Amino acid sequence: MSSPVIKVENLSKQYRLGQVGTGSLSHDINRLWHRARGKEDPYLKIGEENKRDTKGSSDYVWALKDINFDIEQGDRVGIIGRNGAGKSTLLKILSRTTSPTTGSVKIKGRVASLLEVGTGFHPDLSGRDNIFLNGAILGMSKRDIKSRFDEIVDFAGVERYIDTPVKRYSSGMYVRLAFAVAAHLESDILIVDEVLAVGDAEFQKKCLGKMGEVSKGQGKTVLFVSHNMEAILRLCQKCLYLHNGAIKCIGSPSITIENYLKTSKKQDLTINLSLINRTSEIILQKRAYFQTISLGNIDSEAWTIKYGNPISFELGVLLRDNIQSLEIGLAIYNNNDFEIASSLSSDAEKIENLISGNHVITYSFPELVLLPGTYKIGLGIRSERGFEDYLPQVCQFEIIVSEYSAVDHTNTRKGVLVPKNQITIEPSKIHD
Amino acid sequence: MNTLQNPAETWDMVIEPKTSWFDLRLNELWQYRDLLFIMVKRDFIAAYKQTILGPIWHFLQPLFTTIVFVIVFGRIARIPTDNVPAPLFYLCGLTLWNYFSACLNGTSNTFIANAGIFGKVYFPRLIIPLSVVISNAIKLGIQLLLLIAMMAYYAASGYQFNIGLTLLWVPVLILIVALLGLALGILISALTTKYRDMSVLMGFGVQLLMYATPVIYPLSYIPEKYKTIIGLNPLTWLTEAFRKGILGEGVLNLPMLGYAAGITIILLLASIMVFSKVEKSFMDTV
Repeated sequence: MSSPVIKVENLSKQYRLGQVGTGSLSHDINRLWHRARGKEDPYLKIGEENKRDTKGSSDYVWALKDINFDIEQGDRVGIIGRNGAGKSTLLKILSRTTSPTTGSVKIKGRVASLLEVGTGFHPDLSGRDNIFLNGAILGMSKRDIKSRFDEIVDFAGVERYIDTPVKRYSSGMYVRLAFAVAAHLESDILIVDEVLAVGDAEFQKKCLGKMGEVSKGQGKTVLFVSHNMEAILRLCQKCLYLHNGAIKCIGSPSITIENYLKTSKKQDLTINLSLINRTSEIILQKRAYFQTISLGNIDSEAWTIKYGNPISFELGVLLRDNIQSLEIGLAIYNNNDFEIASSLSSDAEKIENLISGNHVITYSFPELVLLPGTYKIGLGIRSERGFEDYLPQVCQFEIIVSEYSAVDHTNTRKGVLVPKNQITIEPSKIHD
Repeated sequence: MNTLQNPAETWDMVIEPKTSWFDLRLNELWQYRDLLFIMVKRDFIAAYKQTILGPIWHFLQPLFTTIVFVIVFGRIARIPTDNVPAPLFYLCGLTLWNYFSACLNGTSNTFIANAGIFGKVYFPRLIIPLSVVISNAIKLGIQLLLLIAMMAYYAASGYQFNIGLTLLWVPVLILIVALLGLALGILISALTTKYRDMSVLMGFGVQLLMYATPVIYPLSYIPEKYKTIIGLNPLTWLTEAFRKGILGEGVLNLPMLGYAAGITIILLLASIMVFSKVEKSFMDTV
C-alpha cells in the first residue's frame, strides 16, 4: 500500500468580498483587539458558503470549507466543478501562492505548479532566454534547464524562432513553448490548472499525452483542473468534484463526472429571484424571501415538462428570522395571464417553526395534468405577521407533447387541463 | 490507513495558515540562486531593448543632474563644496544617492508590480528585491566609471586628490547603502499591499530625504543646531564617508558609521520578517 504524498486536512479559505478600504482597517483593528485578548478571530465565525449567483448577507465568504482528502503517489487526479467552486483556490494553496485560513496541507516531494502558461515570460527576451527565465521561476536550476533544453525546444517545435523575442511569436507558439518548459520540469507532483484551453487540438492532445506519460512512466503525481470532461476521463484515475467550496464527490472519474453533469444542469435551470425588484403594493414584512426557483425534475434541457409528467418546483427560500408559521402560495397562469390555479402550501401541509437560514421547499402537483402550452408562475409567502414576499409571474414553463399526448388526443382538446375524472356505469332500472 | 499512519512520518512541506515571525526560510534563497541571476540579466537586457543608446543612459542621467546642480546650487545658491570642484562633489554624492533611491524605489513596489507572477507560482519573494539591488549595483558600477573619468580629467588639469586608506571603506559603505535601501523598500512594499497610502508618501518622501542628506551640501556647511537632526540620518555618515574615500574630502566618523550599520541591520531583520509574513497572504489583499 503506498502512502499519501499529499494530505489535505480541514482546509478552509475565507475571502473578504468588496472593496479593501476604510472598512477593512476597522476590521483589522477589531481582529487585533480580539487576538490581544487571546480570543478567536471574530470574522472567522461569520461567512457564508460561496454561491456566486445569490446575494449574500455577509462580506466574508468561504471559498473552501473543511476540505479533506489524500492523494497517493502516481495518482492522476482530475478536479472539476463550476466556476467559483473553489478549484483555483485549492490549486493556489497547494502551490503556495496563497495561504489557507485554517487547516493544513502536507506534501512529500517537489511541487511544480502550472497555473498559467508562460508565467514570467518577458516579451522582449528571446525564446532561449525565456526558457531559462521561466524554468528558473518554476524552480529549476540552470544546469537542469541546460540538460533539457533541446528536448524542450523540440517538444515546442519552435526551433526556428528560438532567438526571436517572444513578443513576435504567434499565440500558439507562445503557449507551446511555455507548456514545453513546464512539462519538462523536474518535480514529483505536477499541478496543472486549465491551461490547455488554449492551443490547437493537436497540441492539446500532445500535452495530455505528455502528462499521462510523466505520470505513468516517471511515477509523477498529477493534479489537473479542467472543464474538459473528456480529457479528465482519458487522463485521470481519480476525480474530485468541488461544489461551493466543499467536496461533493470524490472517486472514479466516470461516476463523479456523471454526478457533476447532473447537478450542473440543474443549476443552469435555476432562476435567481433574489435580485428581482419587489414592486408590490402589499406591505411586506421582509423576513422571508424567495431566492431561487428551479424545476423539480431535471431531465430536460430547458424549462419544459413533458405532457403527463409530474409538475414540481423547487423553491429556495431565505428566512431572516425564525418563523412560526409559513404559507407559500403558488399561482399558475395561462398564456393570456388568466389565473387557472392558485395553490396554497397549507392545502397539503402546515409549515411551522422554521429556523432562520436557507430552505429548499419542493412544491409538486402530482395529479395536475396541463395541456401542452406555455404557463406562468406567481409566488407569495405569508407568515403569522402578514405578507413577506410577493412575486407575480416570476417565470414561465412549457408543457411539451410527449408519448402520452397522442393517447390523450391533446391536440383536439379545449381548455387548459385534463381533469382527473371518475366514471361509473351501472344498468339503469327506470325502463325495467 | 490514516489512523495507522506512522506518527514520525516526514513531510517535505507543510502548508499552514499561521507561521512564526522567525520562519524566514532563507535557505530557499540559496536553492533559487539561479533565478536571482537570471532575473538580474532579464532586468538588464529588458531595460535597454529597443533603445539606441543602451547603457549609455546611465552616464547621461547623472551627468545632466550634475550640470543642473552646478548651476542651481553652485552658481545661483552659492553653497560651498568643501574645496572640491563642484561637478565632482555633486556627481560623487549623486552616484551614491542614486543607488540608494534606485534600490528603495525599485523594491518598494515588489508586491504590487509582481502580483501577476506571485499569484501564479511560488518562489522566494525576496528574490525579486534582491535582483533589483544587484542590477542597480551594475548601474552603480557604470556610474562609478563616469566619476573616475571625471576625476581623471581633473587630475590631468592639476587638481590634487587627497585619497587615503578611507578608500578601502567604499565597498562596505556601498553594501550598507544597498541593504538600507532594500530594508526600507521591502518594508514599504509589504505595507502597501493592503493600504496604498505608503506609496503616496514614498513618492515625495524620497525626494525630501535627499535634502536631509549631504548630497548637495557638505556636512561642514550645516549650522550647529541642525547637525544633530541631520546626524540622525544614517545616510549622512555614509555619504560623507563615501566622499572622503573617493574624493579625499569629507567626514569619516567611525562611531556614527557603526550607528548607521546597526540601524540598517535592525531595520533589515525587521523588514524581512514583515515581508515574509505578508508574502503568505498578500494575494488576497493586493
